[in-house]
Amino acid sequence: MIKDLLNVKRWEAFLDVLPTQYIPGFIMTLKVALAGLLLALVLGIIFGMFSSSKLNIFKFISRVYVEFFQNTPLVVQVFFYYACLPYLIGGRVPKFTLGVIGVGIYHGAYISEVIRTGIEAVPVGQFDAAYSQGFSYLQTMRYIILPQTMKMILPPLTNQALNLVKNTSVLAMVAGMDLMYYADSWGSDRGFFVQAYLPCALLYFLICFPLARLARYLEIRAKRTPVPKNKKEVA
Amino acid sequence: MAQIQQTIFTEANFLFMMQGLLLTVLIAAVTIILSLFFGTIMAMIRHFCTGKLTILSWLSGAYIEFFRCTPNILWILWIRFTMQGNPTVKAIFAFTLFTSAVVAEIVRGGLNGIPKGQFEGAASQGFSFWQTMFYIVLPQTYKSIVPAMLSQMITVIKDTSFLKAVDIAEFMRNSSVVMGQLRTSGDIITLYAFIALVYFIICFSLSCLVRSFQQKVRSS
Repeated sequence: MIKDLLNVKRWEAFLDVLPTQYIPGFIMTLKVALAGLLLALVLGIIFGMFSSSKLNIFKFISRVYVEFFQNTPLVVQVFFYYACLPYLIGGRVPKFTLGVIGVGIYHGAYISEVIRTGIEAVPVGQFDAAYSQGFSYLQTMRYIILPQTMKMILPPLTNQALNLVKNTSVLAMVAGMDLMYYADSWGSDRGFFVQAYLPCALLYFLICFPLARLARYLEIRAKRTPVPKNKKEVA
Repeated sequence: MAQIQQTIFTEANFLFMMQGLLLTVLIAAVTIILSLFFGTIMAMIRHFCTGKLTILSWLSGAYIEFFRCTPNILWILWIRFTMQGNPTVKAIFAFTLFTSAVVAEIVRGGLNGIPKGQFEGAASQGFSFWQTMFYIVLPQTYKSIVPAMLSQMITVIKDTSFLKAVDIAEFMRNSSVVMGQLRTSGDIITLYAFIALVYFIICFSLSCLVRSFQQKVRSS
């Protein structure tokens, strides 16, 4: 292992494939992660609002969505899309679309739960109190409800974004042209395992570590009691 | 129905898939137990090593952060080549490597929740550090992390499907082998529904368990 790690020739071979395989793979992973996160947020907000609505039918739809996608493996879902989407749209499905749909729908279920807990955490009495003080609906949302909800949901949302980035690697199992796929195909092709997988791990770490730090920071910030922004003005 | 029985769920196919399921559950259970062991050690190192031993705490923190920020599938693929031996053991090793970092964070969260008075009380009764850990702190920690650990169990069961990529005879891989024999798209969709259903039944019952534990914690 150590001997492999210090093998200069193998690192030179790695540098050769870096621009042709690793960089495009990294960009693909980033693109899938960003678009997937967008889809997951949209689905999460829609179904999160569904599950806190008063109509039981919406609640039921949202429960079914959340439970089904949270309790089946992403691998099964992605393989299902891989096998069945071509029949539905009648043609080849680009791997990018496959990845976005896969991680987007999967993490949408998790984000929907995060949004639901965020909405449910704010007591109804706060709305009533705000109205009694003459706040309009938008003002209530802007100054009272959203600041509290955001504080609650931002740390878990960041964690979901982190997991989403890691889960894009499932695409490698359907030859998704992402970072994991290139690293694995080059590594098993040439047999330079340390040189193939270590940079791959570092590249994932490069995306995920800032997200992990952000989640930690937001968590700590959410626990602090708020202080007025302009103390002089308030006084 | 009878037609499905002839094409997909023949006795041989069904038994083959159920053998895979057995291995899936086995891998997940062994992984969780090993991860709980190593995770507890790492969490304790990260939480209690101060002063001269800060370097150990830092090392354990680095391990946890590094493994939490890289995908599980990467370690499975890497270890497939670099280690010798039984493929199932290698898979469990890769899973434990990754999961123990996650579990360490869960245990650390539990340790954070133990009030300082518990340590002071134990010290006043003449308990040594290890006695305090073993009789007072760890039992309370484990009790409080049961829901989080069960959620992690769900994640591990779902993640065992990654092992299809390294051709270990777990449920997803065995089902894919069966799928290779199917001809019509209707059959393939039926089999996908069956796979999803099996995972769903296991994970959903676990998540119901998580919810009942959470309610118990809330009401107590």
